[in-house]
Amino acid sequence: MEPQTIIARRIARELSSGMLVNLGIGIPTQVANYLPEGLHVFFQSENGLIGTGSPPEEGMAHPTLTDAGGRPVTALPGACTFDSAMSFGLIRGGHLDLTVLGGLQVDQAGHLANWMIPKKMVPGMGGAMDLVSGAKRVIVAMQHTAKGASKIVKKCTLPVTSTRAVDLVVTELAVIAFPAGRATLIETGPGISVPQVVAATEAELVVPDRVPEMILGQA
Amino acid sequence: MQSISLEQSVAMIPDGACLMIGGFMAVGTPERVVDEIVRQNKRDLTVIANDTAMPGKGIGKLVGAKLLRSVVVSHIGLNPETQRQMMAGDLEVELVPQGTLIERIRAGGYGLGGILTQTGIGTPVEDGKQRIEVDGRSYLLEVAIRADFALVQAFLADYLGNLSYALTARNFNPAMAMAADKVIVNADNIVPIGVISPDHIVTPAPVVDYVIANA
Repeated sequence: MEPQTIIARRIARELSSGMLVNLGIGIPTQVANYLPEGLHVFFQSENGLIGTGSPPEEGMAHPTLTDAGGRPVTALPGACTFDSAMSFGLIRGGHLDLTVLGGLQVDQAGHLANWMIPKKMVPGMGGAMDLVSGAKRVIVAMQHTAKGASKIVKKCTLPVTSTRAVDLVVTELAVIAFPAGRATLIETGPGISVPQVVAATEAELVVPDRVPEMILGQA
Repeated sequence: MQSISLEQSVAMIPDGACLMIGGFMAVGTPERVVDEIVRQNKRDLTVIANDTAMPGKGIGKLVGAKLLRSVVVSHIGLNPETQRQMMAGDLEVELVPQGTLIERIRAGGYGLGGILTQTGIGTPVEDGKQRIEVDGRSYLLEVAIRADFALVQAFLADYLGNLSYALTARNFNPAMAMAADKVIVNADNIVPIGVISPDHIVTPAPVVDYVIANA
């Protein structure tokens, strides 16, 4: 299975009926593909939409119905649209239950860096700083390593997105939480052993006596 | 409100002006006003907007034509040309978290000096800003911003200048319509007074200075 699929399917199990959820670009977007039939989640696009649906069929796109990347989407029954002040009021004001974001680095205290690599890539933070500072729960969806180097580090070397620690990091190798501000291995990826996770991780991981293998959401 | 031709609306804008331009990845950007700015070759502009779109679309056209001195935006990731001009020192880029940017614009239009937010604390966004404690929590003071002109895209404009917006094309437009000295509107549809029901008017006519006439 592709690493991205493992990550998206595991995170899908964190969603429950009635939640207001914001999915970032990339792996986070795929989470919506693995929800159980009948689960009703409100998906927010920060450009001003709750009730974001899947992309329209060929030839059915509307130029003013788009996601935060500017791509055409559909609107589900009960969808509503609003301006950017309302959109970020929802995000910062304690109304957003969950955000799932991509990451460049997460450190062992749970700090996320995901908005720039100085002098190399400066996309800007967009809504990421508001999302991490404001959402009730923050989950980072990212591959465990990049070019062989751990993305879960002792201390972020890239500029952080927020001083608020994230709640969960899900990679293809592990699920990591931050109780008491310490990176703790709570699940391993499919077919992955604890020593394999530890070897692939730069951060100091707290490893409980028993670490179950992650259960994936339905394909 | 006055109706105005496309050419005249852009002719009012001097070189060096500060513009707020509605839109999110060019959705809700008054595209034909942008095209006219390029045609009239307005230079040295400052643009306040959510993003610089992508090359060849919306604000991306102004970046591509090198008409901008500085931009105040939350995101430039889909426009490599903005990043290239920034790295080369040809374009000044102030990156502002999106929720902070919309609130700074809203404050500018609503008579407030600024807003307090936790977003950006402990990040490079905090540099040079004042922290304020309220009930034991720290916030950044983010100051209001205004512009000389707001370029707004509406779905409906009536003959008085009342506006409503379409779906995700609303985004920054209503806040910007409050926060500039002159508000220029391009509408998908210009309709008689009364067609937009009072409950569906988002921007009231008195804040609109010009509606661009149909070609």
